[in-house]
Amino acid sequence: MGRIAALTRNPVMIALVAMLAIAGCASKKTPNSAADLGLNGAGAATPGSAQDFTVNIGDRIFFDTDSSSIRADAQTTLARQAQWLNQYRQYAIVIEGHADERGTREYNLALGARRAAATRDFLVAKGVSAQRLKTISYGKERPVAVCDDISCWSQNRRAVTTLGGAGS
Amino acid sequence: MRSFLKPLLTIAAMALGMTAAAPLPAWALVELNVNKGNVEPLPIAITDFQGGDALGAEISDIVSADLKRSGLFAPIDKSAFIEKISNPDAQPRFDDWKVINAQALVTGSVGKEADGRIRAQYRLWDTFAGQQMSGEQFFANDANTRRVAHIIADAIYERLTGEKGYFDTRVVFIDESGAKNARKKRLAIMDQDGANVRYLSDGRAIVLTPRFSPNRQEITYMSYESGQPKVYLLQIETGQRELVGNFPGMTFAPRFSPDGQKVIMSLLRDDGNSNIFAMDLRSRSTTRLTNSTAIDTSPSYSPDGSKVVFTSDRGGRAQIYVMGADGSGQTRISFGDGVYSTPVWSPRGDLIAFTKQTGGEFQIGVMKTDGSGERILSSGFQQEGPTWAPNGRVLMFFRDANGGPKLVSVDLTGRNEQSIPTSNFASDPAWSPLLE
Repeated sequence: MGRIAALTRNPVMIALVAMLAIAGCASKKTPNSAADLGLNGAGAATPGSAQDFTVNIGDRIFFDTDSSSIRADAQTTLARQAQWLNQYRQYAIVIEGHADERGTREYNLALGARRAAATRDFLVAKGVSAQRLKTISYGKERPVAVCDDISCWSQNRRAVTTLGGAGS
Repeated sequence: MRSFLKPLLTIAAMALGMTAAAPLPAWALVELNVNKGNVEPLPIAITDFQGGDALGAEISDIVSADLKRSGLFAPIDKSAFIEKISNPDAQPRFDDWKVINAQALVTGSVGKEADGRIRAQYRLWDTFAGQQMSGEQFFANDANTRRVAHIIADAIYERLTGEKGYFDTRVVFIDESGAKNARKKRLAIMDQDGANVRYLSDGRAIVLTPRFSPNRQEITYMSYESGQPKVYLLQIETGQRELVGNFPGMTFAPRFSPDGQKVIMSLLRDDGNSNIFAMDLRSRSTTRLTNSTAIDTSPSYSPDGSKVVFTSDRGGRAQIYVMGADGSGQTRISFGDGVYSTPVWSPRGDLIAFTKQTGGEFQIGVMKTDGSGERILSSGFQQEGPTWAPNGRVLMFFRDANGGPKLVSVDLTGRNEQSIPTSNFASDPAWSPLLE
């Protein structure tokens, strides 16, 4: 236990992570959304809210080691994100790129930046206005999962779409 | 002969008259050879400096600790000493020191001058040749005992090895505290042995990768303080800070040029790739050195400023490349089995230190500047980021082993690994140059 911990300001996400932790580490699949967890959290969030985005759409995608290619599962998530973002246009968006700890600091800053840019480009291709999108890399500075094994690293290699501006 | 004109400390050195009139032989007692087998540390007796009460023993202890940590000297326990030195200027009874196998002997004294300055002097004796090897006197204008002791240790190291010392140096690093997923990171500076830690930032913003200017007065580093990660300059004594350049994207991986006139760094392009730029700090003009659709980062100048070594993944995975300081002739030099990054050119110019990832391990190693002669000095689960001692004989890096990173040094033989004591976790060390 204790393998999965999340750093998020979103109380619903914290609750979900806590439930996942209680359920044990059996699931190999990385949760992208409440639906992936088999939890129907839809009722908990107002449509169009940041909570709705995080819980029902999935605010993050994951990458393979030392890669910034958008995986098939991530494409599905990003397509959902784009649809939602095109529906709720009041949000400015910052895409955070992150890396796991299995790389050196400066290289990982560059890798996180490339992941954030790849995510941005995918959303733009799906019709989200480039004007609304900013990127930032955190390299390996902000892991969500803290342990020293593969289950953690895979969760830390991520791009997180964060909502700012009105209504967040 | 050295003189330091910094406001905090003025040290003047003068050679003490040799007791033996004959010129000294030019040989060194300790041979530095990284390719040799185990180097037997030289047994040396370092007596308490006379006068100044506790001060004398403190200086002796600091000198002793410096020399011991170098791995080249084995200071002899004071309880084994036979002769009790009462006059550090008089010729010792060499037989008393030979019998405890002290090949070198240090005597000295310390005291306060009428004007308040500290005066410290040492004499280094070759017990088997039966003569003084060197002697110097230092004045410090404040009570910076530790620094005087480090300078004496450097003088002894240099006389006995024929190489410059590195004890009168400092290290900038990142002090880390708090949980791994919410680390507080502060810019910090300390002496090379971990003493005199001072914080240079408050921990509100993430700060990374500090590096010294050649004159030791400035640091260039990366900070998230404006929201967007950027490269900054900091004047250590005044605390004055400024942004380096006015680039639209993230800037990172900064280092000074050897003449201190430029900062070289990575700039993020809009397409998500990173290129290397140099910025002239006076004219503010910038020069693009690489233009690839790849990650180009971690640039480091050769000590003569004519070349730059850097990391690039243009060939698929991260490897080490060398180019001219104008960006010409970009050539891959690392071809080993693994991923290479964080190259740093030795201040002697002969080697490049790096981090290599292979077989699930992180290794610290060195290679010649054409990529040949790779030698791994340290292996571990998670360690990276070597920085050179100014004499090019020792590396410091950080290792994440027990819940967080700590600083470690290793010499070029790879046999003498030492941990650097820090009260919190510590990462991203950068060693200062020596002041000439």
